[in-house]
Amino acid sequence: MTATVKAATADALPQVRTDRLPLLILPVVMLLALPAIFDVPAWLTLTLAGLAMGMMIFLMASGLTLVFGLMDVLNFGHGAFISVGAFVGASVMLPLAAWMQADSFALNMAVLLPGILAAMLVSGALGYGFERIVIAPVYGQHLKQILITMGGLIVAEQAIHVVWGPDQIPLPRPTSLRGAFIIGDVAIEKYRLLAVAVGLLVFLAMMLVLNRTKLGLLIRAGVENREMVESLGYRIKRLFVGVFVAGSALAGLGGVMWALYQETVTASMGMQVMVLVFIVIIIGGLGSVGGCFIGALLVGLTANYVGFLAPKLALGSNILLMVLILLWRPQGLYPVARR
Amino acid sequence: MLHAILSGDVPRSKVLAAALALIFFALLLAPFVFPTVNALNVAGKICIFILLAASYDLLLGYTGIVSFAHTMFFGIGAYGVAIVMGRVAPDWGGVLLGGGIAIALSVALAALIGLFSLRVRAIFFAMITLAVASAFAILASQLSTLTGGEDGLNYRVPEMLRPAFRLFDGEILGIVINGRVMAYYLTFAVSLLLFLLLLRVVNSPFGRVLQAIRENEFRAEAIGYRTVHYRTLANCLAAAVATVAGMLLALVLRYTNPDTTLSFTIMMDILLMVVIGGMGTLYGSVLGATLFLLAQLYLKDVMGAASAATSGVPLLPSLLHPDRWLLWFGLLFIASVYFFPTGIVGRLRSLAQRHRLL
Repeated sequence: MTATVKAATADALPQVRTDRLPLLILPVVMLLALPAIFDVPAWLTLTLAGLAMGMMIFLMASGLTLVFGLMDVLNFGHGAFISVGAFVGASVMLPLAAWMQADSFALNMAVLLPGILAAMLVSGALGYGFERIVIAPVYGQHLKQILITMGGLIVAEQAIHVVWGPDQIPLPRPTSLRGAFIIGDVAIEKYRLLAVAVGLLVFLAMMLVLNRTKLGLLIRAGVENREMVESLGYRIKRLFVGVFVAGSALAGLGGVMWALYQETVTASMGMQVMVLVFIVIIIGGLGSVGGCFIGALLVGLTANYVGFLAPKLALGSNILLMVLILLWRPQGLYPVARR
Repeated sequence: MLHAILSGDVPRSKVLAAALALIFFALLLAPFVFPTVNALNVAGKICIFILLAASYDLLLGYTGIVSFAHTMFFGIGAYGVAIVMGRVAPDWGGVLLGGGIAIALSVALAALIGLFSLRVRAIFFAMITLAVASAFAILASQLSTLTGGEDGLNYRVPEMLRPAFRLFDGEILGIVINGRVMAYYLTFAVSLLLFLLLLRVVNSPFGRVLQAIRENEFRAEAIGYRTVHYRTLANCLAAAVATVAGMLLALVLRYTNPDTTLSFTIMMDILLMVVIGGMGTLYGSVLGATLFLLAQLYLKDVMGAASAATSGVPLLPSLLHPDRWLLWFGLLFIASVYFFPTGIVGRLRSLAQRHRLL
């Protein structure tokens, strides 16, 4: 009985063809950059730097794009979680500066991990409050959402000033993450390697949850058709709050990573990164995690390649990239199906 | 007569009318009533920001689209005048040349951004304008040979607007009519003229179409209006007016730098002015800009005193610190989006209406 049902549904559902074309862009960009840079070690270093930057942007952007796909809410205040994450991380790590400076990987990690955890917890909690108080009353009203979340960002940025003071805080990297591995002529910065590893880990975990669990199935179904999931008896609101909190926590993680990358923490850093984040989620297609991943790597790579080849152009390169992608696919690399 | 000047869009509330009249006469007589250099600067800034906020309201309140690139156009106007004044000639021909180039550039950019992103969704437009504006701000600070980088530009303005200029030998009504006063009245006149023009635009059939798009885009399209064209046109018009506001700022301040024209803080200020004053009515920008700028100036003093008075209490002093005034305005902003989305003006009007019905 169950076998026939299974067979019937398998027949009824046509295989969705995966769209691999956007996947090709990354290797193409990398290969195009190689002859342009004409220096293999430099190219390798730049590629790693680009990937590391892309991974960190992905951490910050993934939650935002998922929240938009699921609930049609674009949170302009997302940058606040990035800043708060960085500040919380810094206030956990700085009192233990001695351990940070110790030349021991274990001691370094004993500071770094609690810092990251605290940042994720606080950003996540803040995300919960933000969703309940600020966003919940304005579902379905785009104009108000933009205004309200922008207001939330202003208040959050000022609140950071109240709690942590108006100055920027220097945050040196732990000793064992400083410097680079030298292999031949190629210098591979340790911290960038860590960033790539963390980014890949989060991406894989996300993909596993989204594609292999019931929770992920519900989230993906919710992105496709919210009312249908609701009518099947699932509380999509609760699901959404969960995704929002997870996205905020990831933003906090990204904030700590970014702060350690820049080695300073400022209240306006969230807003500055948000510009890149927006470009990334537009390139990827609003609501698509896979597109967001490719978009983030693409932005990171282009920024580094162009910064090396033509520093003057580096500023416009991201905008140019966005324009080119949108001319090719006006809804982004992976448009999310909408009725 | 007054009805015609205001394009039939009368205040419809006695309190509002009184407030507007007060602001108008205070600004008209500012050089005589508040004869200090500082006060005159504030009055000039109020005129410019009323114009800037009104042009932003054309987008936000009337067309229902959120742009974060308004300061970009404001900056283009200021830098257009500043660069030509500094490099070509500090005369009226230079103002026209710089202004002309700036307006052309702004309108072209606005049309490009509009046609590119207004086609899809309003939220796209908000994100793309944010990205473009931030790239432009970085560009302006990087091209330091042209723009002076972070330091900005200092330049000479046409002779008539320089502080040393005297229109008459003696004093008129107790003050010397110098270049500062001339610059102020130029700002006042241009702002007033363009404000009345905007009032005319929003009360024209074109303005009604914009409002129709705001209320129900699908319906407006179904009736036969090309919403993309109307939105793009509104975007261009708002950009042109913002550019003129930037030109005025460049002439009044006699210096131009990224902080005064291009920074994201200014964009937030404009947003706060329009929303707190009242979206969808140009009078909202008058009240919003005036209140905001006065608060920016004088609230700091009040908060400083309050902060000192509560110095024993934990946390309160830092919450009331003069630099934290934006915190309170941010909260006010959120509250006004929730509880009175039509802002101060909408509130006053509905109060007046209720009063009339009773």
